[in-house]
Amino acid sequence: MALPTLAVWKFASCDGCQLTLLDCEDELLAIADRVKIAHFTEASSETQPGPYDVSLVEGSITTAADAERIRQVREMSRTLVTIGACATAGGVQALRNFADVEEFTSVVYARPDYISALDTSTPIAAHVDVDFELHGCPIDRRQLLEVITALLVGRKPNIPAHSVCFECKQRGNVCVVVAHGTPCLGPVTHAGCGALCPAHHRGCYGCFGPVETPNAGAQAGLLRATGMDEADVTRAFRTFNAAAPAFIELSQVTTGPPPGLGPSDIAGR
Amino acid sequence: MHVRVRAGAVEDVRLEIYEPPRFFEAFLRGRRHTEPPDITARICGICPVAYQMSACLAIEAACGIEVSDGVADLRRLLYCGEWIESHALHIYLLHAPDFLGYASALDLARDGRGLVERGLALKKAGNAIMELVGGRAIHPVNVRVGGFYRAPARTEMAALAEKLRVALDLALDTVAWAAGFEFPDFQHDHEMVALVTPGQYAIDRGTVASTGGLSFTPAEFEDYVIEEQVPHSTALHARLAGRGRYLTGPTARYTLSSQWLSPVARQAADAAGLGAECRNPFRSILVRAVEVVYAVDEALRLIERYEPPAPCYLEVPPRAGVGHGATEAPRGVLFHRYAIDAEGLITSARIVPPTSQNQASIEDDLRRFVADRLDLDDQQLTHQCEQAIRNYDPCISCSTHFLDLTVDRA
Repeated sequence: MALPTLAVWKFASCDGCQLTLLDCEDELLAIADRVKIAHFTEASSETQPGPYDVSLVEGSITTAADAERIRQVREMSRTLVTIGACATAGGVQALRNFADVEEFTSVVYARPDYISALDTSTPIAAHVDVDFELHGCPIDRRQLLEVITALLVGRKPNIPAHSVCFECKQRGNVCVVVAHGTPCLGPVTHAGCGALCPAHHRGCYGCFGPVETPNAGAQAGLLRATGMDEADVTRAFRTFNAAAPAFIELSQVTTGPPPGLGPSDIAGR
Repeated sequence: MHVRVRAGAVEDVRLEIYEPPRFFEAFLRGRRHTEPPDITARICGICPVAYQMSACLAIEAACGIEVSDGVADLRRLLYCGEWIESHALHIYLLHAPDFLGYASALDLARDGRGLVERGLALKKAGNAIMELVGGRAIHPVNVRVGGFYRAPARTEMAALAEKLRVALDLALDTVAWAAGFEFPDFQHDHEMVALVTPGQYAIDRGTVASTGGLSFTPAEFEDYVIEEQVPHSTALHARLAGRGRYLTGPTARYTLSSQWLSPVARQAADAAGLGAECRNPFRSILVRAVEVVYAVDEALRLIERYEPPAPCYLEVPPRAGVGHGATEAPRGVLFHRYAIDAEGLITSARIVPPTSQNQASIEDDLRRFVADRLDLDDQQLTHQCEQAIRNYDPCISCSTHFLDLTVDRA
């Protein structure tokens, strides 16, 4: 029986999420025994033409050519999985969405007329149907293996959707907000990293993107209580998942509930 | 890649690199002075530490802060991890298959599984350093302007050292293996540029030096290096003011600093037949393999004398001004410059990656390389040109597996 075929595609990105697959050093050759890696330019010059059973897509759409190319990839793929913040939420390059791309181009390039780019950086799902989204900047290696395994056996991937706070508790981290008044996006950020930043005595900076229904007011109140001003709160949500609608909303809500009613009590020391 | 041939001779070679532009230098404006390490890491998933380190040096320079020796050593250790990971990735997954006639390491694994497993184990050792010191191998979370959020404990370092002792043997085997490859006879005469720190192989800091006798500080970088845009590439081309194209990266580092390799790395280089300098781009795989030996050896030395720095970071209050930083990314000199206002917001940013500095030299080498191979058909020529480009480990290595070659023969 023919092995299922896997293709890996890159759009506007840093390559970190593709690299995560190659970082599964103990599992890579085993994966290669069970799937035919038919297209993966970071790893091989051999390319088989489609269709493909599974396509992993990294990167966001920032050019007209890429907007066309993702449509072709979708047509050739039975299952399309987006991996990482660029593909799922526009990436850090989505910061152009809040600015003037022509001005950006002229800052970086002496001949902006040689450059052709779209005004926005958009996630893959804004262009084609996506069968599964794996968040992270970068994605977590174990979660990637879970997704690949699940697809191979035909079940839904077990990827929790709760916030980083749950992972902090599981890991036994001291809460950096409560104990130290450190700003943290954990309450509104999608789990997946294992609460890595609080484990290193810093606040979560949201690289796995938003949870589904974050409480914008409460989070803004928490951040203001730790000493952040409005501009800081906005910047906090405009990083690697800048085009995620929930983070866009969070970046626009910069004041929380009045004192005495919630998170602003936390860092009252 | 476009090649124009007229009257049986190569008239022009253009390497069209079209990575969609992301505009980092533009959107860094208005960010806080503490943000460049996290943000610029996202320029590259394979060498994020390089970006974090150059960013930290530049911001700290602007704010008048110099980190302690303990923090500097921990940064150097982290950087060793990235050199090991990046070079092992390139050697085993991207470059060696070319020399052995395979389309990929996965194909190579069918005939020599142990070889590929060795490369993956070496890469894993590099990642282990980055995971311990940086918190995460891709886009480390533990790096901050002023130092680290958390310093690893000595017991954690001891466990890491165990893995690195095994890795040293794998690294030495890698040099010996690569020394047996067949290398086309090809030499270049480009000026080579790298950081130097006399007495030690430069990684995390240094003065910029060249084989043509230049010597300047990172603060003078923009006086000596001129970046130009060309119509056929979104990667800017660089040249030395008044001099022309140049090459940075492992062969430049080796040529300028090989006398400061550690004894075990020096021996490996000698046994592999590397002399005092390396001007054959095909032999860069040997130089990378020697640098892996050096990086593992250096990491072990740093761990041996490790004491958790206390404090593990300094506060870096913002100060209006400009700061410059340059470090040796796996692929060569990586330069950052930031201007900051009194509130600590960035007003301008300039980032010069190694791969764009090498563009002009790569095109020149390809022009000469193709000139001797015009009798090949386009498919064979494409394959050989892909291999030739991989010599430079350009940070678009993946796209060199996807080379569209057009030959315009009049």
